[in-house]
Amino acid sequence: MAWHVEHRAGAIALAGELGIGDAPAIWRQLSSQAGRLAANERVAIDLTAATAVDGAIMALLVDLRASLAARGVPAEITGASARLRPIVELYGGDRPSVAVHPARRTGPIARLGSGLGGVATSVRRAIEFGGELVAGAAAVVRRPSLGGWRDLATLVARAGTDGILIVLVLDILVGFVMAFQSTRQLANYGANVYVADLVGIAMTRELAPLITAIIISGRSGAGYAAELGTMRVTEEIDALRTLGIAPVPYLVIPRVLALAIAAPILALLGDIAGVCGGLVVGAASLDVRPHAYLDELNRVLIASDVWTGLVKSAVFGVAIAVIGCQQGLSTRGAASGVGRSTTTTVVACLFAIVAIDTALTVLFRGISA
Amino acid sequence: MTAIIKRLEPARAMVSARDVAIGWSRDAVLVEHASFEVQRGEIFGILGRSACGKSTLLRALIGLEPVLAGEVAIEGRTEPRLVAGRPRFGVMFQQGALFGSMTVGENIALALERWTDLPRDAIRAIVRAKLHLVGLDGAADQAPATLSGGMRKRAAIARALALEPPLLFLDEPSSGLDPITSAELDRLIVTLAKDLGLTVVLVTHELGSIEAIVDRCALLDRPARRVIALGAPRALRDSADPRVNHFFHRVPEAA
Repeated sequence: MAWHVEHRAGAIALAGELGIGDAPAIWRQLSSQAGRLAANERVAIDLTAATAVDGAIMALLVDLRASLAARGVPAEITGASARLRPIVELYGGDRPSVAVHPARRTGPIARLGSGLGGVATSVRRAIEFGGELVAGAAAVVRRPSLGGWRDLATLVARAGTDGILIVLVLDILVGFVMAFQSTRQLANYGANVYVADLVGIAMTRELAPLITAIIISGRSGAGYAAELGTMRVTEEIDALRTLGIAPVPYLVIPRVLALAIAAPILALLGDIAGVCGGLVVGAASLDVRPHAYLDELNRVLIASDVWTGLVKSAVFGVAIAVIGCQQGLSTRGAASGVGRSTTTTVVACLFAIVAIDTALTVLFRGISA
Repeated sequence: MTAIIKRLEPARAMVSARDVAIGWSRDAVLVEHASFEVQRGEIFGILGRSACGKSTLLRALIGLEPVLAGEVAIEGRTEPRLVAGRPRFGVMFQQGALFGSMTVGENIALALERWTDLPRDAIRAIVRAKLHLVGLDGAADQAPATLSGGMRKRAAIARALALEPPLLFLDEPSSGLDPITSAELDRLIVTLAKDLGLTVVLVTHELGSIEAIVDRCALLDRPARRVIALGAPRALRDSADPRVNHFFHRVPEAA
């Protein structure tokens, strides 16, 4: 071993070449020997026999000295040769130590309190943003030129057209799986043709809007948070304000409108795709001919099944855009802040979608009853 | 007649700060009791070392950060300075803050489209002229991402000048630029200020820029949380206050 640590009377002596490679072992030895020192026992950290000491070891020695001082053990670093003196001085080993007290841990109640404080701040910000949104919408209605309409077509295309394929594929698969899972039960009762009722109603009322909203959360909601978040951290939002352009009407309202338009269109296409998925299973596993399937669908499906689904979808779209934009505009810090906003957006959107879905389902049932 | 009355009006400070305190909160004050006036036609520097609150002070003057105490007035009018309305000043942010989704030309045209009834071709002509003014001829159709740091700042100045404001705020115009580009930008600022009769308030810690272009300046100090000196850079160079003297002579703090 090229190094050695020894506890002698009144001194911890270090010898040999002390470097970062051996730092873990040196640190263990130093800690165990320092632990045996009693308060008010003066101690020298003696480097007389040390031939080389690097920055890592110096940092540990300075820290050791400070923690000893905090325990009431006055310690100093002594015996450094002329060769070692510069590094000792660089790390402040020659200056009197400042007692370092370990950072005080916050108790569980304090952490709970600060956590609740954080929740309260988020709620307050959300309410403030809601107010800004209403004021912004009112301003745009009064003076349509305040909105950033130039981007609207692009925004609708980005949320809608670019998302069609994935929505169609997913809805076909969901229609397919739902029909497939029900084949045995339906066949048991000879109710094969009712696969059309099952798939048709479930898709139009519930699943197509829900799946569309989930896709939109991931694509557009997170996208808006990242886009506005980046604009926020690069001071583009501030620049907009200095040009006399309010960010909410200019950036948020067009995005909310874009998703309110794109989401129902996608959901309608999803309805059709899901029904087609069910049709394939009906024909392949349940001996339900396509025209029989469509006849049954035509008989059972009423307009309100479709339009309630589309209304839901539009509300989901609005909620996703609002959450994404709010998170984007409240981004703090640099690139990591943008990442945080994006993640929060997706989680908040998924929660909001299910919560809104529940509320609207109950509401629509109440209306139709 | 109105022109004569205007001319007879007493000279009013373009920007005035009276006993201003800024910071993140009342427990984290960066600068307090800051008082100064920026006169018409002046290039005024807000100086200080990194993290002393220069940029925050600039943002507070503009109205992007809250003023914790005191009062800021631009052309004698106090808050709010960033109301929804035609802006009374132009701002260049540290990295330019050009809108990435638009071309350079569209960046400059945005305020003109919003606040004037000019036809499209007139706006295009103004955009071309502003780009010529900052030495970026032919960059109108380029995306901001394709510009270098110095070009981005020039484009941002052109955007800030779109509505012919009498007052320009510049946040660290020379940060991140090589010495030659930085000197070119300094020369541009002086030329614009002189030829357009602009008042300029800029934040910087570049001693070269300060001595080359700044008429008068306020020096902020982090530990003191105060404006520790106010005056022409030449006069402050020889200040008896060691903190001021050290800043101008690049003396590191005693270790």
